[in-house]
Amino acid sequence: MTIAASRRRVLALGLAAPLMLLCRRAGATPEAMAAAIEAFTGGGTPAETGITLDIPLLVENGNSVPITVSVESAMTEEDHVEEIAVFNEANPLPDVVRVRLTPRSGLGRFQTRIRLAGSQTIIAVARMSDGSLRRAAVSVIVTAPACRES
Amino acid sequence: MATAMVNIPETAAPGEIVEIKILISHPMETGFRPGMDGKLLPRDIIRSLRCEYDGEIVFTAELHPAIAANPFFVFHLRADRSGEITLVWADEKGNEFRQSGQITVG
Amino acid sequence: MRGGAAALLLIAATMASGDGRLSGTAFMSPETRAMQADDLANPGMFAVLEGARLWEETAGVSGRSCAGCHGDGAETMKGVAARYPAFDEASNAAVDLTARVNLCRTRHQDADPLPPEDPRLLALTTFIGHQSRGQKIEPDPDPRLQPWRELGARLFRTRMGQLNFSCANCHDDNAGRHLAGNPIPQGHATGYPIYRLEWQSMGSLQRRFRNCLVGVRAEPFAYGSREFIALELFLADRAAGMTIETPAVRP
Repeated sequence: MTIAASRRRVLALGLAAPLMLLCRRAGATPEAMAAAIEAFTGGGTPAETGITLDIPLLVENGNSVPITVSVESAMTEEDHVEEIAVFNEANPLPDVVRVRLTPRSGLGRFQTRIRLAGSQTIIAVARMSDGSLRRAAVSVIVTAPACRES
Repeated sequence: MATAMVNIPETAAPGEIVEIKILISHPMETGFRPGMDGKLLPRDIIRSLRCEYDGEIVFTAELHPAIAANPFFVFHLRADRSGEITLVWADEKGNEFRQSGQITVG
Repeated sequence: MRGGAAALLLIAATMASGDGRLSGTAFMSPETRAMQADDLANPGMFAVLEGARLWEETAGVSGRSCAGCHGDGAETMKGVAARYPAFDEASNAAVDLTARVNLCRTRHQDADPLPPEDPRLLALTTFIGHQSRGQKIEPDPDPRLQPWRELGARLFRTRMGQLNFSCANCHDDNAGRHLAGNPIPQGHATGYPIYRLEWQSMGSLQRRFRNCLVGVRAEPFAYGSREFIALELFLADRAAGMTIETPAVRP
Protein backbone atom coordinates (compact mmCIF):
# COMPACT_ATOMS: atom_id res chain seq x y z
CA MET A 1 0.00 0.00 0.00
CA THR A 2 2.93 2.39 0.76
CA ILE A 3 4.38 1.77 -2.69
CA ALA A 4 1.04 2.60 -4.39
CA ALA A 5 0.73 5.83 -2.35
CA SER A 6 4.21 7.12 -3.24
CA ARG A 7 3.70 6.19 -6.92
CA ARG A 8 0.52 8.28 -6.91
CA ARG A 9 2.42 11.23 -5.44
CA VAL A 10 5.09 10.97 -8.16
CA LEU A 11 2.39 10.81 -10.82
CA ALA A 12 0.65 13.89 -9.37
CA LEU A 13 3.92 15.86 -9.50
CA GLY A 14 4.50 14.66 -13.04
CA LEU A 15 1.18 16.10 -14.12
CA ALA A 16 1.61 19.34 -12.17
CA ALA A 17 5.09 20.23 -13.47
CA PRO A 18 4.10 21.25 -17.03
CA LEU A 19 1.34 23.46 -15.59
CA MET A 20 3.88 25.37 -13.50
CA LEU A 21 6.15 25.99 -16.50
CA LEU A 22 3.30 27.73 -18.31
CA CYS A 23 2.89 30.21 -15.46
CA ARG A 24 6.30 31.83 -15.80
CA ARG A 25 6.59 34.25 -18.72
CA ALA A 26 9.01 37.12 -19.29
CA GLY A 27 7.41 40.56 -18.86
CA ALA A 28 4.72 39.54 -16.41
CA THR A 29 5.32 40.92 -12.92
CA PRO A 30 3.49 42.62 -10.08
CA GLU A 31 5.80 45.61 -10.72
CA ALA A 32 4.67 45.89 -14.35
CA MET A 33 1.07 45.81 -13.17
CA ALA A 34 1.75 48.50 -10.56
CA ALA A 35 3.35 50.69 -13.22
CA ALA A 36 0.38 50.23 -15.55
CA ILE A 37 -2.04 51.12 -12.74
CA GLU A 38 0.05 54.19 -11.85
CA ALA A 39 -0.09 55.33 -15.48
CA PHE A 40 -3.90 54.93 -15.45
CA THR A 41 -4.53 56.67 -12.13
CA GLY A 42 -1.95 59.41 -12.64
CA GLY A 43 -0.67 58.64 -9.17
CA GLY A 44 -3.98 59.16 -7.35
CA THR A 45 -5.04 56.90 -4.48
CA PRO A 46 -8.14 54.87 -5.26
CA ALA A 47 -10.83 54.20 -2.65
CA GLU A 48 -11.45 50.53 -1.92
CA THR A 49 -15.24 50.85 -1.85
CA GLY A 50 -18.00 51.41 -4.35
CA ILE A 51 -16.63 48.87 -6.82
CA THR A 52 -16.80 45.09 -7.03
CA LEU A 53 -14.85 42.68 -9.18
CA ASP A 54 -16.76 39.42 -9.55
CA ILE A 55 -14.47 36.57 -10.60
CA PRO A 56 -14.44 32.90 -9.59
CA LEU A 57 -11.86 32.36 -6.83
CA LEU A 58 -11.07 28.91 -8.19
CA VAL A 59 -10.75 29.10 -11.97
CA GLU A 60 -11.52 25.94 -13.89
CA ASN A 61 -9.54 26.92 -16.97
CA GLY A 62 -7.39 30.00 -17.37
CA ASN A 63 -8.30 30.24 -21.06
CA SER A 64 -11.74 31.64 -20.29
CA VAL A 65 -12.55 33.33 -16.98
CA PRO A 66 -15.81 35.30 -16.67
CA ILE A 67 -15.57 38.62 -14.84
CA THR A 68 -18.05 41.35 -13.97
CA VAL A 69 -16.94 44.76 -12.79
CA SER A 70 -19.69 46.79 -11.09
CA VAL A 71 -19.27 50.38 -9.93
CA GLU A 72 -21.94 51.94 -7.73
CA SER A 73 -23.14 54.99 -9.58
CA ALA A 74 -26.39 56.71 -10.55
CA MET A 75 -24.79 57.25 -13.97
CA THR A 76 -26.00 60.84 -14.30
CA GLU A 77 -24.38 63.60 -16.32
CA GLU A 78 -22.96 65.00 -13.07
CA ASP A 79 -21.84 61.71 -11.54
CA HIS A 80 -20.92 58.68 -13.59
CA VAL A 81 -18.16 56.16 -14.25
CA GLU A 82 -15.91 57.34 -17.06
CA GLU A 83 -13.50 54.50 -17.44
CA ILE A 84 -12.83 51.08 -15.94
CA ALA A 85 -9.47 49.36 -16.45
CA VAL A 86 -8.63 45.78 -15.52
CA PHE A 87 -5.04 44.73 -14.79
CA ASN A 88 -3.24 41.46 -14.06
CA GLU A 89 0.19 40.55 -12.68
CA ALA A 90 1.20 37.24 -14.29
CA ASN A 91 0.13 37.36 -17.95
CA PRO A 92 2.67 38.58 -20.54
CA LEU A 93 1.00 42.01 -20.55
CA PRO A 94 -0.45 43.88 -17.54
CA ASP A 95 -3.53 45.26 -19.36
CA VAL A 96 -6.63 43.15 -19.78
CA VAL A 97 -9.32 45.56 -20.97
CA ARG A 98 -10.28 49.26 -20.77
CA VAL A 99 -13.94 50.17 -20.93
CA ARG A 100 -15.36 53.69 -21.33
CA LEU A 101 -18.94 54.22 -20.17
CA THR A 102 -21.22 57.24 -20.48
CA PRO A 103 -24.22 58.57 -18.53
CA ARG A 104 -26.36 56.82 -21.16
CA SER A 105 -24.91 53.48 -20.04
CA GLY A 106 -27.43 53.46 -17.22
CA LEU A 107 -25.31 51.09 -15.12
CA GLY A 108 -21.62 51.35 -14.18
CA ARG A 109 -21.05 47.73 -15.03
CA PHE A 110 -19.74 45.38 -17.70
CA GLN A 111 -19.09 41.67 -18.07
CA THR A 112 -16.53 39.83 -20.19
CA ARG A 113 -14.32 36.71 -20.28
CA ILE A 114 -10.56 36.96 -19.82
CA ARG A 115 -7.44 34.79 -19.95
CA LEU A 116 -5.27 34.17 -16.90
CA ALA A 117 -1.88 32.51 -17.27
CA GLY A 118 -1.81 31.04 -13.79
CA SER A 119 -2.85 31.97 -10.28
CA GLN A 120 -2.54 35.72 -9.68
CA THR A 121 -4.16 38.92 -8.47
CA ILE A 122 -6.53 40.82 -10.77
CA ILE A 123 -7.21 44.50 -10.13
CA ALA A 124 -10.05 46.65 -11.50
CA VAL A 125 -9.71 50.44 -11.25
CA ALA A 126 -12.51 52.87 -12.05
CA ARG A 127 -12.20 56.59 -12.74
CA MET A 128 -15.32 58.64 -11.96
CA SER A 129 -16.45 61.79 -13.76
CA ASP A 130 -15.21 63.91 -10.83
CA GLY A 131 -11.74 62.43 -11.16
CA SER A 132 -11.99 60.20 -8.09
CA LEU A 133 -10.75 56.62 -8.29
CA ARG A 134 -11.98 53.27 -6.99
CA ARG A 135 -10.18 49.95 -6.87
CA ALA A 136 -11.03 46.27 -6.30
CA ALA A 137 -8.48 43.45 -6.15
CA VAL A 138 -9.10 39.69 -6.12
CA SER A 139 -6.56 36.86 -5.91
CA VAL A 140 -7.57 33.77 -7.85
CA ILE A 141 -6.25 30.23 -8.16
CA VAL A 142 -6.10 28.99 -11.72
CA THR A 143 -6.23 25.27 -12.43
CA ALA A 144 -5.98 23.38 -15.69
CA PRO A 145 -7.48 20.05 -16.71
CA ALA A 146 -5.34 16.97 -16.34
CA CYS A 147 -5.95 15.50 -19.80
CA ARG A 148 -4.80 17.83 -22.57
CA GLU A 149 -3.41 17.86 -26.12
CA SER A 150 0.19 17.15 -25.14
CA MET B 1 -14.73 37.34 -41.15
CA ALA B 2 -15.48 38.06 -37.52
CA THR B 3 -19.13 37.00 -37.30
CA ALA B 4 -20.94 37.82 -34.11
CA MET B 5 -24.11 36.95 -32.23
CA VAL B 6 -25.70 40.06 -30.82
CA ASN B 7 -28.68 40.61 -28.55
CA ILE B 8 -30.21 44.06 -28.98
CA PRO B 9 -33.69 44.42 -27.49
CA GLU B 10 -36.40 45.44 -29.95
CA THR B 11 -38.55 47.39 -27.51
CA ALA B 12 -38.13 49.21 -24.21
CA ALA B 13 -40.07 51.52 -21.92
CA PRO B 14 -38.76 55.10 -21.73
CA GLY B 15 -35.86 55.24 -19.27
CA GLU B 16 -35.61 51.45 -19.03
CA ILE B 17 -32.10 50.10 -18.63
CA VAL B 18 -31.60 47.39 -21.23
CA GLU B 19 -28.86 44.79 -21.63
CA ILE B 20 -26.72 44.49 -24.76
CA LYS B 21 -24.89 41.23 -25.28
CA ILE B 22 -22.31 40.37 -27.96
CA LEU B 23 -20.26 37.24 -28.70
CA ILE B 24 -17.68 37.67 -31.46
CA SER B 25 -16.26 34.66 -33.32
CA HIS B 26 -12.50 35.29 -33.20
CA PRO B 27 -9.48 33.27 -31.98
CA MET B 28 -7.82 36.26 -30.25
CA GLU B 29 -4.37 34.93 -31.08
CA THR B 30 -2.14 36.50 -28.44
CA GLY B 31 1.18 36.48 -30.24
CA PHE B 32 2.69 34.55 -27.32
CA ARG B 33 1.60 31.09 -28.37
CA PRO B 34 3.96 28.78 -30.31
CA GLY B 35 2.57 26.88 -33.29
CA MET B 36 3.26 23.27 -34.20
CA ASP B 37 6.66 24.25 -35.61
CA GLY B 38 7.70 25.97 -32.40
CA LYS B 39 7.53 29.47 -33.88
CA LEU B 40 5.26 32.07 -32.30
CA LEU B 41 1.91 32.43 -34.05
CA PRO B 42 1.43 36.06 -35.09
CA ARG B 43 -0.83 38.24 -32.94
CA ASP B 44 -4.33 38.64 -34.34
CA ILE B 45 -6.87 40.14 -32.01
CA ILE B 46 -10.06 42.16 -32.02
CA ARG B 47 -8.73 45.42 -30.66
CA SER B 48 -11.82 47.57 -30.14
CA LEU B 49 -15.55 47.35 -29.63
CA ARG B 50 -18.02 50.22 -29.41
CA CYS B 51 -21.74 50.71 -29.24
CA GLU B 52 -23.50 53.61 -30.92
CA TYR B 53 -27.04 54.54 -29.93
CA ASP B 54 -28.76 56.78 -32.42
CA GLY B 55 -25.36 57.97 -33.63
CA GLU B 56 -23.88 58.61 -30.18
CA ILE B 57 -21.12 56.43 -28.71
CA VAL B 58 -22.37 54.96 -25.42
CA PHE B 59 -19.82 52.22 -24.78
CA THR B 60 -16.21 51.64 -25.85
CA ALA B 61 -13.86 48.79 -25.01
CA GLU B 62 -10.15 48.51 -25.75
CA LEU B 63 -9.34 44.79 -25.90
CA HIS B 64 -5.95 43.29 -25.11
CA PRO B 65 -4.70 39.71 -25.79
CA ALA B 66 -5.90 38.80 -22.29
CA ILE B 67 -9.50 38.86 -23.52
CA ALA B 68 -10.54 35.24 -24.03
CA ALA B 69 -11.04 33.72 -27.49
CA ASN B 70 -14.49 34.52 -28.89
CA PRO B 71 -14.76 37.87 -27.07
CA PHE B 72 -17.91 38.18 -25.00
CA PHE B 73 -19.28 41.45 -23.57
CA VAL B 74 -22.41 42.40 -21.68
CA PHE B 75 -23.19 46.04 -20.92
CA HIS B 76 -26.19 48.33 -20.55
CA LEU B 77 -28.00 51.32 -22.06
CA ARG B 78 -30.67 53.62 -20.76
CA ALA B 79 -33.30 53.46 -23.49
CA ASP B 80 -34.60 56.99 -23.98
CA ARG B 81 -35.50 57.17 -27.66
CA SER B 82 -36.26 54.94 -30.61
CA GLY B 83 -33.40 54.51 -32.99
CA GLU B 84 -30.62 52.33 -34.24
CA ILE B 85 -28.21 50.58 -31.90
CA THR B 86 -25.01 49.59 -33.69
CA LEU B 87 -22.14 47.44 -32.47
CA VAL B 88 -18.81 48.10 -34.24
CA TRP B 89 -15.69 46.01 -33.67
CA ALA B 90 -12.28 46.07 -35.34
CA ASP B 91 -9.10 44.02 -35.47
CA GLU B 92 -5.53 45.33 -35.82
CA LYS B 93 -5.36 44.75 -39.57
CA GLY B 94 -7.81 47.48 -40.51
CA ASN B 95 -10.90 45.28 -40.69
CA GLU B 96 -14.06 46.69 -39.18
CA PHE B 97 -17.32 44.83 -38.62
CA ARG B 98 -20.76 46.03 -37.59
CA GLN B 99 -24.16 44.79 -36.66
CA SER B 100 -27.25 46.87 -35.90
CA GLY B 101 -30.70 46.56 -34.43
CA GLN B 102 -33.64 48.91 -34.11
CA ILE B 103 -35.04 49.72 -30.70
CA THR B 104 -38.52 51.18 -30.29
CA VAL B 105 -38.92 53.13 -27.07
CA GLY B 106 -42.31 54.15 -25.71
CA MET C 1 -31.85 32.92 -31.22
CA ARG C 2 -33.69 30.82 -28.66
CA GLY C 3 -31.81 30.15 -25.50
CA GLY C 4 -32.37 31.80 -22.20
CA ALA C 5 -34.92 30.04 -20.08
CA ALA C 6 -35.20 26.98 -22.34
CA ALA C 7 -31.47 26.33 -22.19
CA LEU C 8 -31.42 26.79 -18.41
CA LEU C 9 -34.16 24.20 -18.01
CA LEU C 10 -32.24 21.91 -20.31
CA ILE C 11 -29.12 22.20 -18.17
CA ALA C 12 -31.14 21.28 -15.10
CA ALA C 13 -32.68 18.31 -16.90
CA THR C 14 -29.43 17.06 -18.36
CA MET C 15 -27.44 17.10 -15.17
CA ALA C 16 -29.01 14.05 -13.57
CA SER C 17 -30.81 11.10 -15.15
CA GLY C 18 -32.09 9.96 -11.76
CA ASP C 19 -30.09 6.72 -11.69
CA GLY C 20 -26.79 8.12 -10.44
CA ARG C 21 -25.54 8.99 -13.92
CA LEU C 22 -24.50 12.61 -14.24
CA SER C 23 -23.61 14.66 -17.28
CA GLY C 24 -20.24 16.41 -17.36
CA THR C 25 -22.24 19.57 -16.78
CA ALA C 26 -22.75 18.54 -13.16
CA PHE C 27 -18.98 18.53 -12.56
CA MET C 28 -18.31 21.98 -14.01
CA SER C 29 -18.15 25.30 -12.23
CA PRO C 30 -21.37 27.36 -12.17
CA GLU C 31 -19.69 29.87 -14.51
CA THR C 32 -18.95 27.27 -17.20
CA ARG C 33 -22.45 25.89 -16.79
CA ALA C 34 -23.86 29.40 -17.35
CA MET C 35 -21.72 29.72 -20.49
CA GLN C 36 -23.33 26.57 -21.88
CA ALA C 37 -26.83 27.54 -20.78
CA ASP C 38 -26.84 30.80 -22.72
CA ASP C 39 -26.92 30.30 -26.49
CA LEU C 40 -25.55 33.83 -26.85
CA ALA C 41 -22.56 33.11 -24.59
CA ASN C 42 -21.77 29.64 -26.01
CA PRO C 43 -19.15 29.76 -28.82
CA GLY C 44 -20.37 26.30 -29.89
CA MET C 45 -23.37 28.06 -31.41
CA PHE C 46 -21.06 29.59 -34.04
CA ALA C 47 -20.39 26.03 -35.22
CA VAL C 48 -24.16 25.43 -35.41
CA LEU C 49 -24.59 28.59 -37.50
CA GLU C 50 -21.69 27.68 -39.77
CA GLY C 51 -23.02 24.13 -40.11
CA ALA C 52 -26.43 25.48 -41.15
CA ARG C 53 -24.72 27.58 -43.79
CA LEU C 54 -22.61 24.68 -45.10
CA TRP C 55 -25.73 22.50 -45.20
CA GLU C 56 -26.99 24.69 -48.06
CA GLU C 57 -23.66 24.86 -49.89
CA THR C 58 -22.91 22.54 -52.80
CA ALA C 59 -19.86 20.32 -52.49
CA GLY C 60 -17.70 18.38 -54.90
CA VAL C 61 -18.25 17.60 -58.54
CA SER C 62 -21.90 16.68 -57.97
CA GLY C 63 -23.09 20.22 -57.33
CA ARG C 64 -25.25 18.77 -54.57
CA SER C 65 -25.70 20.23 -51.10
CA CYS C 66 -26.79 18.37 -47.97
CA ALA C 67 -30.10 20.20 -48.34
CA GLY C 68 -30.43 18.87 -51.87
CA CYS C 69 -31.01 15.36 -50.49
CA HIS C 70 -31.94 15.98 -46.86
CA GLY C 71 -34.06 19.10 -47.12
CA ASP C 72 -34.33 21.36 -44.10
CA GLY C 73 -31.75 19.96 -41.69
CA ALA C 74 -33.48 21.50 -38.70
CA GLU C 75 -36.38 19.15 -39.41
CA THR C 76 -34.89 16.09 -41.06
CA MET C 77 -31.87 15.74 -38.75
CA LYS C 78 -33.95 15.68 -35.55
CA GLY C 79 -32.95 12.61 -33.53
CA VAL C 80 -30.27 11.48 -35.98
CA ALA C 81 -27.22 12.13 -33.78
CA ALA C 82 -28.99 10.34 -30.92
CA ARG C 83 -28.67 7.05 -32.82
CA TYR C 84 -24.99 7.19 -33.70
CA PRO C 85 -22.64 5.28 -34.01
CA ALA C 86 -24.69 3.23 -36.45
CA PHE C 87 -24.20 0.34 -38.85
CA ASP C 88 -23.35 1.27 -42.42
CA GLU C 89 -24.53 -1.35 -44.92
CA ALA C 90 -22.26 -0.40 -47.78
CA SER C 91 -19.02 -0.62 -45.79
CA ASN C 92 -20.36 -3.38 -43.52
CA ALA C 93 -19.02 -1.53 -40.50
CA ALA C 94 -19.92 0.74 -37.61
CA VAL C 95 -19.61 4.45 -38.39
CA ASP C 96 -19.90 7.55 -36.24
CA LEU C 97 -21.55 10.77 -37.39
CA THR C 98 -18.23 12.23 -38.54
CA ALA C 99 -17.58 9.22 -40.76
CA ARG C 100 -21.18 9.37 -42.01
CA VAL C 101 -20.79 12.99 -43.14
CA ASN C 102 -17.62 12.10 -45.03
CA LEU C 103 -19.28 9.03 -46.57
CA CYS C 104 -22.08 11.30 -47.84
CA ARG C 105 -19.46 13.59 -49.32
CA THR C 106 -17.56 10.84 -51.14
CA ARG C 107 -20.53 8.67 -52.17
CA HIS C 108 -23.22 11.23 -52.96
CA GLN C 109 -21.47 14.55 -53.53
CA ASP C 110 -18.38 13.30 -55.33
CA ALA C 111 -16.35 15.43 -52.94
CA ASP C 112 -13.16 14.76 -50.99
CA PRO C 113 -13.64 13.71 -47.40
CA LEU C 114 -12.84 16.45 -44.90
CA PRO C 115 -9.79 15.83 -42.68
CA PRO C 116 -10.22 15.03 -38.96
CA GLU C 117 -11.16 18.06 -36.86
CA ASP C 118 -11.55 20.26 -39.93
CA PRO C 119 -13.70 23.25 -38.86
CA ARG C 120 -16.18 22.53 -41.68
CA LEU C 121 -16.58 18.93 -40.57
CA LEU C 122 -17.06 20.03 -36.97
CA ALA C 123 -19.57 22.66 -38.08
CA LEU C 124 -21.64 20.04 -39.90
CA THR C 125 -21.54 17.47 -37.08
CA THR C 126 -22.33 20.21 -34.53
CA PHE C 127 -25.27 21.40 -36.63
CA ILE C 128 -26.57 17.84 -36.96
CA GLY C 129 -25.88 17.04 -33.28
CA HIS C 130 -27.66 20.21 -32.20
CA GLN C 131 -30.88 19.00 -33.86
CA SER C 132 -30.91 16.25 -31.21
CA ARG C 133 -30.40 18.65 -28.29
CA GLY C 134 -32.88 17.83 -25.56
CA GLN C 135 -33.46 14.31 -26.88
CA LYS C 136 -32.26 11.10 -25.30
CA ILE C 137 -29.27 9.09 -26.49
CA GLU C 138 -30.74 6.03 -28.22
CA PRO C 139 -27.93 3.70 -29.39
CA ASP C 140 -28.50 1.75 -32.59
CA PRO C 141 -29.57 -1.79 -31.50
CA ASP C 142 -28.42 -3.38 -34.78
CA PRO C 143 -26.99 -6.83 -33.86
CA ARG C 144 -24.27 -6.39 -36.48
CA LEU C 145 -22.74 -3.76 -34.17
CA GLN C 146 -22.01 -6.41 -31.54
CA PRO C 147 -18.27 -6.77 -32.36
CA TRP C 148 -17.81 -3.01 -31.87
CA ARG C 149 -19.82 -3.06 -28.65
CA GLU C 150 -17.60 -5.82 -27.27
CA LEU C 151 -14.40 -4.12 -28.40
CA GLY C 152 -15.51 -0.82 -26.84
CA ALA C 153 -16.44 -2.44 -23.54
CA ARG C 154 -13.08 -4.23 -23.43
CA LEU C 155 -11.05 -1.11 -24.34
CA PHE C 156 -12.84 0.92 -21.65
CA ARG C 157 -11.51 -1.50 -19.04
CA THR C 158 -8.01 -1.98 -20.50
CA ARG C 159 -5.15 -0.31 -18.67
CA MET C 160 -3.06 1.77 -21.07
CA GLY C 161 -0.03 4.02 -21.21
CA GLN C 162 2.88 4.70 -18.94
CA LEU C 163 0.44 5.60 -16.17
CA ASN C 164 -1.32 2.31 -16.74
CA PHE C 165 -4.86 3.59 -16.27
CA SER C 166 -8.02 2.39 -17.98
CA CYS C 167 -10.97 4.70 -18.73
CA ALA C 168 -12.84 2.86 -15.97
CA ASN C 169 -10.14 3.62 -13.38
CA CYS C 170 -10.95 7.34 -13.59
CA HIS C 171 -14.47 7.59 -14.93
CA ASP C 172 -16.08 4.65 -13.12
CA ASP C 173 -13.96 4.20 -9.98
CA ASN C 174 -13.01 7.84 -9.26
CA ALA C 175 -15.68 10.03 -10.83
CA GLY C 176 -16.43 12.95 -8.55
CA ARG C 177 -12.96 12.92 -7.05
CA HIS C 178 -10.18 15.21 -8.25
CA LEU C 179 -7.21 14.81 -10.57
CA ALA C 180 -4.60 17.59 -10.55
CA GLY C 181 -7.10 19.99 -9.00
CA ASN C 182 -10.02 19.30 -11.31
CA PRO C 183 -13.11 17.12 -10.85
CA ILE C 184 -13.20 13.81 -12.75
CA PRO C 185 -16.53 13.52 -14.60
CA GLN C 186 -18.29 10.22 -15.28
CA GLY C 187 -17.34 10.39 -18.95
CA HIS C 188 -20.76 10.45 -20.62
CA ALA C 189 -20.42 11.97 -24.09
CA THR C 190 -23.68 13.90 -24.08
CA GLY C 191 -22.64 17.16 -25.71
CA TYR C 192 -20.29 16.46 -28.60
CA PRO C 193 -18.87 18.18 -30.56
CA ILE C 194 -17.93 20.43 -27.64
CA TYR C 195 -16.37 23.84 -27.18
CA ARG C 196 -13.55 22.93 -24.86
CA LEU C 197 -12.06 25.89 -22.94
CA GLU C 198 -8.70 24.08 -23.01
CA TRP C 199 -8.76 23.97 -26.83
CA GLN C 200 -10.36 27.41 -27.24
CA SER C 201 -12.20 25.78 -30.13
CA MET C 202 -14.63 23.04 -31.11
CA GLY C 203 -13.57 19.42 -31.09
CA SER C 204 -14.94 15.92 -31.53
CA LEU C 205 -15.26 13.10 -29.03
CA GLN C 206 -12.25 11.46 -30.70
CA ARG C 207 -10.16 14.55 -30.05
CA ARG C 208 -11.18 14.30 -26.41
CA PHE C 209 -10.27 10.60 -26.33
CA ARG C 210 -6.83 11.49 -27.66
CA ASN C 211 -6.40 13.99 -24.80
CA CYS C 212 -7.19 11.24 -22.29
CA LEU C 213 -4.77 8.85 -23.96
CA VAL C 214 -2.05 11.50 -23.90
CA GLY C 215 -3.04 12.06 -20.29
CA VAL C 216 -2.18 8.49 -19.38
CA ARG C 217 0.90 8.69 -21.62
CA ALA C 218 -0.41 6.19 -24.15
CA GLU C 219 -0.03 6.30 -27.92
CA PRO C 220 -3.41 7.68 -29.05
CA PHE C 221 -5.46 5.66 -31.53
CA ALA C 222 -5.74 7.22 -34.97
CA TYR C 223 -8.67 9.41 -35.93
CA GLY C 224 -11.39 7.26 -37.46
CA SER C 225 -9.91 4.05 -36.07
CA ARG C 226 -12.01 1.00 -35.27
CA GLU C 227 -10.98 1.42 -31.62
CA PHE C 228 -12.41 4.93 -31.45
CA ILE C 229 -15.68 3.98 -33.13
CA ALA C 230 -15.97 1.05 -30.71
CA LEU C 231 -15.35 3.34 -27.71
CA GLU C 232 -17.89 5.86 -28.99
CA LEU C 233 -20.48 3.09 -29.29
CA PHE C 234 -19.68 1.78 -25.82
CA LEU C 235 -20.05 5.28 -24.38
CA ALA C 236 -23.38 5.70 -26.20
CA ASP C 237 -24.62 2.46 -24.61
CA ARG C 238 -23.32 3.61 -21.22
CA ALA C 239 -25.12 6.93 -21.59
CA ALA C 240 -28.29 5.52 -23.15
CA GLY C 241 -31.29 7.59 -22.09
CA MET C 242 -29.22 10.62 -21.05
CA THR C 243 -30.05 13.95 -22.63
CA ILE C 244 -28.05 15.39 -25.53
CA GLU C 245 -26.58 18.86 -24.97
CA THR C 246 -24.78 19.57 -28.24
CA PRO C 247 -22.94 21.91 -28.40
CA ALA C 248 -21.71 21.54 -24.81
CA VAL C 249 -19.03 23.70 -23.16
CA ARG C 250 -16.41 21.83 -21.17
CA PRO C 251 -13.24 22.91 -19.31
